[in-house]
Amino acid sequence: MAKKNKNPLHTSRRTFFKQSAVLAAVAVTPSTVLEAAENRTFDKAAYALEQVPITLSINGKVQKVMVEPRVTLLDLLREQLGLTGTKKGCDHGQCGACTIHIDGRRVNSCLTLAIMQEGREITTIEGLANGEELHPMQAAFIKHDGLQCGYCTPGQIMSAVACVNEGHTNNDFEIREFMSGNLCRCGAYPNIVNAIKEVAQ
Amino acid sequence: MNHTNTISGDSTDRVDGRDKVTGTAKYTAEIPLPNLVYGVLVGSTIAKGVIKKIDTSAAEKAAGVISVITHKNSTKLFGLKKSKTAKKLDLGLRVFHSKDIVFNGQPIALVVADRLEQAQYAASLVKCTYEQAPHTTDFGTHLDQARPSSSKWLSDTKRGDVTAWSNAPFKVDQAYTTPQEVHNPMEMHSTTAIWEGDEKLTVYDKNHAVQDIRDTLAKALKLEKEQVVVNSEFIGGGFGSGLRVWPHTFAAIIAAKMLKRPVKVSVTRPQMFTMTGYRPATAQKVSIGATKDGKIVGIKHEAIGQTSEYEEFAESVTGITKMLYACPNLETNYKVLPLTYSTPIWMRAPGEATGSFALETAMDELAYSLNMDPVQLRKKNYAETHPDDNKPWSSNHLTECLIKAARQFDWEARKPEPRSSSDRDWWVGTGMAVGSWGAWRAPATARAVLDSKGNLLIQSATSDMGPGTSTTMVKIASDASGIPMGKIRFELGKSNLPPSPGQGGSVTVASVGSAVYDICTEIKQKLLDIAVETLGETYKEAKIEDVFLINGKMGIKGKPASLVTFADLMEKKNITEVEATKTSSSGEEGGKYAFYSFGAHFAEVYVHKYTGAVRVTRFVSCVDAGRIMNNKTASSQISGAVVMGIGMALMEEQHMDHQHGRLVANDFAGYHIPVQADVPNIEVIFVDKADPYLNKMGAKGLGEIGLIGAAAAIGNAVFHATGKRVRNLPITPDKLI
Repeated sequence: MAKKNKNPLHTSRRTFFKQSAVLAAVAVTPSTVLEAAENRTFDKAAYALEQVPITLSINGKVQKVMVEPRVTLLDLLREQLGLTGTKKGCDHGQCGACTIHIDGRRVNSCLTLAIMQEGREITTIEGLANGEELHPMQAAFIKHDGLQCGYCTPGQIMSAVACVNEGHTNNDFEIREFMSGNLCRCGAYPNIVNAIKEVAQ
Repeated sequence: MNHTNTISGDSTDRVDGRDKVTGTAKYTAEIPLPNLVYGVLVGSTIAKGVIKKIDTSAAEKAAGVISVITHKNSTKLFGLKKSKTAKKLDLGLRVFHSKDIVFNGQPIALVVADRLEQAQYAASLVKCTYEQAPHTTDFGTHLDQARPSSSKWLSDTKRGDVTAWSNAPFKVDQAYTTPQEVHNPMEMHSTTAIWEGDEKLTVYDKNHAVQDIRDTLAKALKLEKEQVVVNSEFIGGGFGSGLRVWPHTFAAIIAAKMLKRPVKVSVTRPQMFTMTGYRPATAQKVSIGATKDGKIVGIKHEAIGQTSEYEEFAESVTGITKMLYACPNLETNYKVLPLTYSTPIWMRAPGEATGSFALETAMDELAYSLNMDPVQLRKKNYAETHPDDNKPWSSNHLTECLIKAARQFDWEARKPEPRSSSDRDWWVGTGMAVGSWGAWRAPATARAVLDSKGNLLIQSATSDMGPGTSTTMVKIASDASGIPMGKIRFELGKSNLPPSPGQGGSVTVASVGSAVYDICTEIKQKLLDIAVETLGETYKEAKIEDVFLINGKMGIKGKPASLVTFADLMEKKNITEVEATKTSSSGEEGGKYAFYSFGAHFAEVYVHKYTGAVRVTRFVSCVDAGRIMNNKTASSQISGAVVMGIGMALMEEQHMDHQHGRLVANDFAGYHIPVQADVPNIEVIFVDKADPYLNKMGAKGLGEIGLIGAAAAIGNAVFHATGKRVRNLPITPDKLI
């Protein structure tokens, strides 16, 4: 806990960051903010100054957003940008429901901070279809019933598209191995393999 | 029942497939709302005792924090104020209404902030000290403290001579255990609460019983049902975890009331292990006696299931033993053991999943002691009627399940000797087991609106947690009405729709499907009535069975001149739509027959000779669930249940640190569920014969049956492969080395 630290040497990284932000902003900050900082509403004042502007390309659209450095890419997508097609299944990088593409590679968006993605090309499930025309993988998932509740589905599909692009679809065993980072509690696994096989051919 | 058998059963794609593959389907935590703030729950760090002091000052000062709610400052809800009321209304934990701690990880505070990250960080600043009391978490060492369940329907059963099994020439008498399992649907539970004044509450809540949840909330808040709306349209899995109101829901409701703005509370994956239920551990004993030719003369099945110290949860662990085999002499009993955990909840195939593991493993052991083929043993003991009361089965195609699955699996080629087959470094084995689940039907109501262009809207307050309810209902409606699927929309998941049972117990198709079927007939009748009234003669003698709908027109079979457009009919009455609401229930045949689904599972496993790793390499299931409404989603449902069976057999287990009474593996790294690489191709076969009595479609239930017996089939295959009988799930490598 930052506030316990009287000794400046023990100041946490977080507190240091806030303090420097406050100090750096002194020249242009109204005195009320500085007062607030002194009145132990420090966090609240610091917060206003802690947002960082970043530029991302999401589904082909360049977007400028303000984010706190601690915000994950997943939470940025879901809570700030309304792109809820990317799912949160564990927030630990253990389930794959949040799989997206960053510069074409599959990534668990819960394990990456939004500010790390400055200038990157991000594709989410919302950006996969070509207008009304579904991506072949999306169509194959419907055809082969590679889904039930549908919650892991966007992550499965993003992972499946990457799996095909990576060339890890030479046989069922390989597909299963390279799709094992995407959990499905409904157990749609065999149908997912069938969908991927069809698209890979 | 006048059984019409007109549902085609063909494979149909999911009607909501497009929404799900494009990410446009909105699940509970994804509903955009103005002025929404985030609540994060803080869990207790002891298992039992009382809160001495809870310090929220640091959290309150953190950036973005709006409020920190604890038992000290929470607004009090009618139902949670007194423990007696909470018990009476079945509300579970009295979250923020008591300083008592009854399990580790129990919510003790809710931090509400403008943004999620702020609430998450501030939640880490809440400090709490406790007065600790001793906890009891070890199931295995406290079995002697189990007490009889207060649920009468689970009470002890005795039939004939209860000692018969012990006097038989061949017998099995063994103990089995199954661990705590956790539902872990991929979508984590979440509730967003919105108050309009103190009079109207709307919640977006992940559950699969919107009207049960509404009724419970109305009682807890002392509101009329009409004042509470519960929405749960898209559900990211449930498997039973969405069948009751959990503490985080009350937390969101309390916070939204106090702050007068919408509050969203999503539980974390670790919190899913303590706050939203689990399948209780069981300890069982099964004793079976048989004659030399394999005829069962007596069975005894004893079970102890786990519950919490603040509520009783009971399930039908021995239910399957009472009905599966012809057996004149039987004794079953069931007890519960209260432990310092949160309360369990029904998890897919509750009771029968664990009970069938014990029974069907014991049957395999009996087959080996008799030197008899396990398929033959089951056929030999087929019950011609329900053994409890001799009621005839409404339909029972268990033998056909056995024959079809065995043929598909090539069971005849099997060498029965254990450890008789290997492939490189792997022992190879095959095993089988059967299962059964009651086929129920509850009253359900549907409302239908047909417009002049031929679009049909059907509504009912059922849920779709993944089986494809919307798709099946649209398909039933299409087949029953003649209106193409593309012109039919089925609306569900809202408590203010017409009454429907919650999605649990495999009742949805039998119940809601019947209502959908009947409402289509009702719409036809209404159209016919209009025609009789406004167009006269041609229609007067027509029977409802002869009415058909095609291309936006109504007609009478055999009378081509009778074809009339919906638009013309409606214009005659100066209306733009035809609307009907109807409730469907089972008739008197409900009491005359014993209604059950059946299934047979065959598994092949490879067991590594040196590491003990088990791989399921083949799985065949044949299921008798009456007529199949949609082959595509039905196969997926069975196959998915088998995947859960693989998890149950080989990996799923909740680990507890008994010293601290705290879970130690509460995430997907510690609690393993099957991943893609754990699952082979699963072959699903349906008997697909109509049940003549349960409903007009001839459908029984599908949700549970695929899991019942699946774990036993794998365990039996492991025995065949290795010669080692593992009676304690899960069958992890350490038990095979």
